[in-house]
Amino acid sequence: MDITALLLSRIQFAFTITFHIIFPSFTIGLAAWLTVLEALSFATGRPVYRGIFEFWLKIFGVAFGMGVVSGIVMAFQFGTNWSVLSKMSGPIQGPLLMYETFWAFMLEASFFGVLIFGRSRVPPWFYLFSTAMVALGTTFSAFFIMVNNSWMQVPTGYVLENGVFAPNDWTKILFNSVVWSRFPHMLLAAYLTGAFCVAATGAWYVLRKIYHAEARIMLRMGLGLAAVLMPIQLFFGHLNGIYVNTYQPSKMAAIEGRWNDEQPGSEVLFAWPDVKNRRNLFAITLPSPFGSLIDSDSLTAKETGLNSIPQEDWPPVVIPFFAFRLMVGCGLLMLGLAWLGSYLSYRHRLAYNRPLLWATFLSFPLPFIAVITGWFTAEVGRQPWVVYGVLRTADAMTPFLTARQATISLVIFCAVYAFIFLFGTFYIYRLIRTGPARKQFEVPHLAVPNRPMSLADEELIEEPSHLVAGE
Amino acid sequence: MVMFWVSLLAISILLYVLLDGVDLGVGLLFGLARGDARRGAMLSSVAPIWDGNETWLVVTAVILWGAFPLVYANLLSAFYLPLIVMLLGLILRGVAFEFRYKTQRLRWIWDLSFVGGSLIATFIQGLTVGALVEGLPFTNGQYSGGEVGWLTPFAVLCGIGLCLGYALLGACWLIRKCEGEVRDVARRQIPVLAVGVLAFLVVVFAYALAENLPILHRWIDRPYLFVFPAIGAIAATVLALSILNHNDYLPFHMVALVFMSAFGTLALSFWPYMIPSVITVDQAAAPQSSLVFMFWGCGVIVFPLMLIYTLVSYSVFRGKVRASGGYGH
Repeated sequence: MDITALLLSRIQFAFTITFHIIFPSFTIGLAAWLTVLEALSFATGRPVYRGIFEFWLKIFGVAFGMGVVSGIVMAFQFGTNWSVLSKMSGPIQGPLLMYETFWAFMLEASFFGVLIFGRSRVPPWFYLFSTAMVALGTTFSAFFIMVNNSWMQVPTGYVLENGVFAPNDWTKILFNSVVWSRFPHMLLAAYLTGAFCVAATGAWYVLRKIYHAEARIMLRMGLGLAAVLMPIQLFFGHLNGIYVNTYQPSKMAAIEGRWNDEQPGSEVLFAWPDVKNRRNLFAITLPSPFGSLIDSDSLTAKETGLNSIPQEDWPPVVIPFFAFRLMVGCGLLMLGLAWLGSYLSYRHRLAYNRPLLWATFLSFPLPFIAVITGWFTAEVGRQPWVVYGVLRTADAMTPFLTARQATISLVIFCAVYAFIFLFGTFYIYRLIRTGPARKQFEVPHLAVPNRPMSLADEELIEEPSHLVAGE
Repeated sequence: MVMFWVSLLAISILLYVLLDGVDLGVGLLFGLARGDARRGAMLSSVAPIWDGNETWLVVTAVILWGAFPLVYANLLSAFYLPLIVMLLGLILRGVAFEFRYKTQRLRWIWDLSFVGGSLIATFIQGLTVGALVEGLPFTNGQYSGGEVGWLTPFAVLCGIGLCLGYALLGACWLIRKCEGEVRDVARRQIPVLAVGVLAFLVVVFAYALAENLPILHRWIDRPYLFVFPAIGAIAATVLALSILNHNDYLPFHMVALVFMSAFGTLALSFWPYMIPSVITVDQAAAPQSSLVFMFWGCGVIVFPLMLIYTLVSYSVFRGKVRASGGYGH
């Protein structure tokens, strides 16, 4: 086996999946937000909700298309670069991916068609129902992906038979205990991503003094939702920590920068882990029993350190250590912004507080960084295993893959993705900059449910000449 | 249960070849077409369907992984570079489709991506089938051909052959969906492409005989296989007649029939192997518990729904597309 090819394959997987997760984490949240908007519009009949709905539906279309395009590659990469894994875990991961593909295709493709064509053709309640079904479809997708990944984190419900993982208990796999803390964690992360993007857009319009009514609703709803969800997210994050500590002591020790066994444990807030000498430099530490309290909900529990784990089973300590802190840092920043903003909005002072508006506007990368670093913590922290405790990443790679092949594929992946996603992001930016134009929404005549991006067809040609101050 | 999943796999592959073959073929002919009006009409004839067509490639991949993991793992890793290039080609062309009319100045970049992506994807699909027919180098059940074990003259020939075939499929589609100049040009292209495909088939057959490819023995074992080429020959004859009669609808159905008979021929000459002379269907099948789990959750209800959905989208899009209007603007 070729060590360089292994490294390159890992980089390639990390690169493509990092690119991919940006779009679903945005669209899952956006789909839920669209459902809320449509429900409000249905209940109150106020046209402003309809306007915001149609604006975000277009953005949803482009982002959703990007997510689908970048996701297709993932379904093939398991086979190309990780053929041993796909052969061994195919009987479990294959069916789960099939559920994801089939169900998502049914719900998303068919009901998205209603969202595009149906406004004048179906009764309002059915339109609302279709919006909810699209949201449900994205949620199903997320669920099966999380079940799939959770099986790699904590494999269960299988027997090793003729060199493959043969499933013998699907309920154990589907209702894997860790799924029920990880799936809500991801779902909430997606909702928060949507909420912050909406709030940031609202803040941008307020700062530019345009779309006054829409902007206020986006700001208030985005920040309000985040203010409620953020504490729940922290709670589920904590539950995730408990599962990691129970099932994956090596990942936990790396996240915590804990070298020696401690009873009860202390908590490293910040440090520079010096892996070679097995110690932390510049450490700022909370004394025991804070570590045990955080990791095990206990004042006395023993916490495992890296020194009692063979070094060959360590993850690359530095990455999960810093990725985790970045994620938590983004989370706390978002919590502060959401609470402060919601308070000011409640006191009707938010629209005049320019520093906070700027902070909200500039906060839109935070949820994305949090999602990506969270996944880095989970995935890099699982190393050197691809299926934790059972199959090593190094043994999972295609045995005859050469470094040259992996280099070529990585280079063209980077080139094509950069090319495509630069344009995609640019179009989303243009859509958002133009804003919810107040004109009758017309379906571009070539728009079809199978081409979500086509919804934005008519809009992109125009320059925003109508951008005069709102009310 | 294994047979159920084999059938679903076969349906998905056949649908992919027929449906995406159309828009890949139109993409190839697009490269030969000049003038924005003509190009626009060609794109309009596949705009509402191309994305749905590619869905069947993903469906094929997940069925392969879930139901036949051994084949999925071996095939995808053996065809490492061509497969990744093909995927990126498909992505590039898909995105080009969406972005080309969002810009005037840079349209040539997207047009180039569209033609290039179609060409690359088609060629590689043909190459893959060719390499499989000829037989991939395997040692002890593991691919042993190295980086370019799939690159043989025969495989390259099949790549070119499929380009001709998809272009023929695309031309017949254009006749059916378009009017005016686009239709007339396509009608003139069909005899050339058809003769090309015929010549390709003759060469392939001669090569197979000369090299004594193991796949030929299947034909001696199973003389009933000759029913497929017979159907293909009849369809080809009707195709020729319908072109002479300036019929707009028959050619597409006939060329689709030719493709189906070719698919049937290949599939049955592979049987019971999935990777010829290396891995059989039964060896490749996932454990019963996986197959049953997928049967109830995906195969028995969702798959038929997907077929119905495809039918509905096509029936909504029936008839000729507007001759002018350059792609909806």
